[in-house]
Amino acid sequence: MTRRTRLGTFVAAGAALAVLFVWALTGLHAFGDFQGEYGRILNRTAGSQRHVTNVVAAIVFDYRGFDTLGEESILFAAVIGIALLLREARDEGERRIDVVRSDFIRAVGLFAVGPTVLVGLYVIAHGYLTPGGAFQGGVATASGLVLLYAAGRYRAYRAASPKAMVDLVEGTGIGTYTALGVASLAVGSAYLANVVDLGTKGTLASGGTIPILNAASALAVIAAVVLICHEFLEELMTPA
Amino acid sequence: MSFLPYALAAWLFFVGLYGVVTSRHLVHLVVCLGVMQSSSYVLLLAIGYRTGKKAPIFTSGVPVKLGAVDPVVQALTLTDVVVSVTATALILALVVEIWKRSGKLDPDSLRKKET
Amino acid sequence: MIPLQAMTIALVGLGGLAVVSVRDPLRQAIVLGIYGLTLILLFVVLQAPDVALSEIVVSSVAFPFILLTALAKMRDRR
Repeated sequence: MTRRTRLGTFVAAGAALAVLFVWALTGLHAFGDFQGEYGRILNRTAGSQRHVTNVVAAIVFDYRGFDTLGEESILFAAVIGIALLLREARDEGERRIDVVRSDFIRAVGLFAVGPTVLVGLYVIAHGYLTPGGAFQGGVATASGLVLLYAAGRYRAYRAASPKAMVDLVEGTGIGTYTALGVASLAVGSAYLANVVDLGTKGTLASGGTIPILNAASALAVIAAVVLICHEFLEELMTPA
Repeated sequence: MSFLPYALAAWLFFVGLYGVVTSRHLVHLVVCLGVMQSSSYVLLLAIGYRTGKKAPIFTSGVPVKLGAVDPVVQALTLTDVVVSVTATALILALVVEIWKRSGKLDPDSLRKKET
Repeated sequence: MIPLQAMTIALVGLGGLAVVSVRDPLRQAIVLGIYGLTLILLFVVLQAPDVALSEIVVSSVAFPFILLTALAKMRDRR
């Protein structure tokens, strides 16, 4: 449709949608007065039931662990989709010149790779004790690896993340998550139920299956982000 | 005044939608889609907020009986953020493919099928 | 509603409008980073640190990276 038709349709449909929107939003409770009982119960009992202090992490990896499995599958499917779309016959010979010319950028950037990866791993590891978690720390760690490309050379980034290893890491992450659910079934409980010994609250050894699922998700997220960046960078480095 | 966050969610949605409809560059369209996605984060978090309560993290020294904001909507919003960034990456890969095949990035000029 | 929340909400609204009004995609990538920052402020003010952390990594690292590599790729032929 032409631009004019599109704009006309938008105005008409947008007005109708806006009316419905306003009607729906005025039916909501007043801001700040949420009465949901599920959240209240979880706040009160998640600490003593699962021995973790971050209730959101307990929900993501335990009470609603099945939703996180779906989220990891979305990540997986997106990586496959991007690889399928962008991967065609690329000749390995021609590549752009991509050396960073400024010594300052190279120095600062390469010095920052270590601390970035370390902070990312810290955020992952303490995800169920303080704010953090698999996704946040996972993207931060992967960004440390991408820094190798941004501040250094593309070849250094490719050497640090060989394709076969990253594929393996991603498969391990998602496979561990799924397999742990099946292991819970084998012990006699429900799928993805928390059946490992719960440990002491407030230390790293707490939460039962939550740290294991946390680590598995983190592996999958790091590998997925590295693969997505890899596909985009390959596309960029090969002249059209 | 207490409907301000909900109004913000509606505003972001419609502003993003206007950007998508009137866009002249496919990458600009993708970013406006991102603005629409962020309206859902704001709506979810505004629904779960409880006045005067703090974050649902009970590290040592924070007694549980103080109460906190709703943690379930925060878990939902976390998943939302992950899904939106992966969907955006996929759509950008599509845009790059479109550019490689046709050389054009204007949505209006992509209408006719080239044989 | 405390004034801090009202001000952050106004900032996010302005940021969203700014992102949509900038038409050049390269400039839009930068404005998107600033919009992400206002969103992070809003999430912290709404007492959601986990969501704020994930929005930090997404809007500072993931989004600008894929946008800029896609734009750099598509700069050549035209």
